[in-house]
Amino acid sequence: MLATLLEAFRMVMAPDVLLAILLSSIYGLVVGSLPGLSATMATALLVPVTFYLSPIAAIATIISASAMAIFSGDIPGTLLRIPGTPASAAYTDEAYAYTRKGEPEIALGICVWFSAIGGIIGTLSLMLLAPPLAEMALNFSTFEYFWLACLGLMCSTMVARSNPVKAIASMLLGLLVSCVGIENPAGAQRFTFGFTDLLGGIEVIPALVGVFALSEVMRGMTEPEPPKMPRRKFGSIMKGMWKLTKEHPLPQVRGNIVGIIIGVLPGAGADMAAWVSYSMSKRFSKTPEKFGTGHPEGLIEAGSSNNASLASGWVPSLLFGIPGDTITAIAIGVLYMKGLNPGPSLFSEKASSMYALYIIFIIANIIMIPLGIIMIRLASRLLSAPRAAIMPVIVLLCGVGSFATGNNSFLIVTVAVFGVIGYVMERNGYPVAAMVLGIVMGTMVEQSFVTSLIKSDGSIWPFFSRPVAAVLAALTIAAVFWPLAYWLWSKARGAMSTAGAR
Amino acid sequence: MLLSDKITGVFLVGLGAAAAYGGSLLAPVPGQQVGPNVFPMVVGAGLMLCGALITFGVGSVLEQEAEADLAAHSETVAPMTAPSPFVAAFKTLLPPLLLLAYVFIGDRFGFVPTAFGIVLAVSLAMGARLKLALPLALIAPVLVHLIFLKLLRVPLPPGILPMPW
Repeated sequence: MLATLLEAFRMVMAPDVLLAILLSSIYGLVVGSLPGLSATMATALLVPVTFYLSPIAAIATIISASAMAIFSGDIPGTLLRIPGTPASAAYTDEAYAYTRKGEPEIALGICVWFSAIGGIIGTLSLMLLAPPLAEMALNFSTFEYFWLACLGLMCSTMVARSNPVKAIASMLLGLLVSCVGIENPAGAQRFTFGFTDLLGGIEVIPALVGVFALSEVMRGMTEPEPPKMPRRKFGSIMKGMWKLTKEHPLPQVRGNIVGIIIGVLPGAGADMAAWVSYSMSKRFSKTPEKFGTGHPEGLIEAGSSNNASLASGWVPSLLFGIPGDTITAIAIGVLYMKGLNPGPSLFSEKASSMYALYIIFIIANIIMIPLGIIMIRLASRLLSAPRAAIMPVIVLLCGVGSFATGNNSFLIVTVAVFGVIGYVMERNGYPVAAMVLGIVMGTMVEQSFVTSLIKSDGSIWPFFSRPVAAVLAALTIAAVFWPLAYWLWSKARGAMSTAGAR
Repeated sequence: MLLSDKITGVFLVGLGAAAAYGGSLLAPVPGQQVGPNVFPMVVGAGLMLCGALITFGVGSVLEQEAEADLAAHSETVAPMTAPSPFVAAFKTLLPPLLLLAYVFIGDRFGFVPTAFGIVLAVSLAMGARLKLALPLALIAPVLVHLIFLKLLRVPLPPGILPMPW
């Protein structure tokens, strides 16, 4: 144990890893704070670079960039009322109320301080939860994996802030995309339409870059420039934070716990955690009327929650290869590339790498405080860069970066096509995150499904007869019928209220 | 590209039917009951069902609630008033079209000249003045080329303008 820990420290303290943490942190802070550029996009554009790094440096890059971007999305939210990342949208109003009162430093201080604490607590949960779950998961067979994957897919649709039927449709579209190619039970050429480039299937990374980065540029093409940030001098940012920490223990604990739970749920990420935590904070607060007027409780709870979910999102990703959110969906691709294939045995075979991952998370959350403060002070200067100077470079990076993942021009075509698909879906209320999960998990779902059917000689019974599989199956089926039940319920409620009005 | 739920729903039904039919044509594995045909058929059937539900407007209440919630919490950026829907559509489609153009002419002209065109076009389409767009289009491709070719060893096409490194 101690030897493994020392080995992990040695891995993290390598100069290339430390440099990767620092540079990707700065990158994450800058990209996250630009309105319209999300944390997922920041991570997706980094993937081609991680190809050329050592495994630990590659993971360090993803972890630090995503953690910083989730925090720095709060900066334009606080100063301009425009969230930098979707994860900040839930409490943008609250933070902006502080700016209107002339106290933006308090809101920003809360964001950076409680984000860092939330991130560290999320990491602790990852350290505590993952090993026992790994032990349990070693006994899982393809039946359990099938249900687990299905449950993951359904979770991603249940928590999408949209029409659940559209979310399920998006997820099925993703599964359909994963059908393309010869990676199927018989090695048959499926949906390749005679194109040799499609034989290997649709590459996940370029598809992600298209959906998350290119489509955002496309949206930006017709949107007006966000207003300029007024130059202002900030007072002390960390002043009074310790007092707030002592005064509001409950929102913090609740925020962290909710963040961890939502992070562990496959497909639900930081934005969902922030929404749930903010509304929960309001519901349980003694002074709910103060919410929206510059009140710390909701900010503390939601700010801790979204960063806590980021770390716990790695639990299902590392254990089962089921992404906890869109960022870990990208990270899983990197893990496979670097020979750290997700699975329960990862924790016994590559224990030192896992410890290194925890250490990187903690380092990233600690350096978030000084770097975050510098970023806040420079924000008005950095964010005055016009969008017309940033977006063209992003288009270029989408193309070159995807090309770099396989040195094949077809990958650039994939980016372009998925950019259009992502744009059309987003405009019409189809959550793209659910589709991404479908693409990432499609092969796993099909493989576990077909292998299980072959094992059971075509019988469906073993899918339900094993105890763990039965529980997972019940949960999945409940998730499938949830939208229908909700629809019927709202119809009945609507009918009742019109009857009452008569 | 704002389409009504009826249009997207019907499209999904069609896509699901095509997927299920396409899947059913695949040959099963000899001696096995399940093969590559099962999964596309299941997914296709699911898509058809979802498409039908969307066409009939199931769940759209939740969507409106979520949108109203978002609008209440943050500034909604109103789309710019474009001179015409065609101009707006062209602007929106410009980034993917430029990437496709790169695929076709990038090898002949080389990375730096093609990237110059991409950056200049996107920048001008976003409303930048030439004073900003031109220097950006001259510097950014060279920097990207330097980083990707030299540090990351990605074989970018040299074309008509090979770089000295």
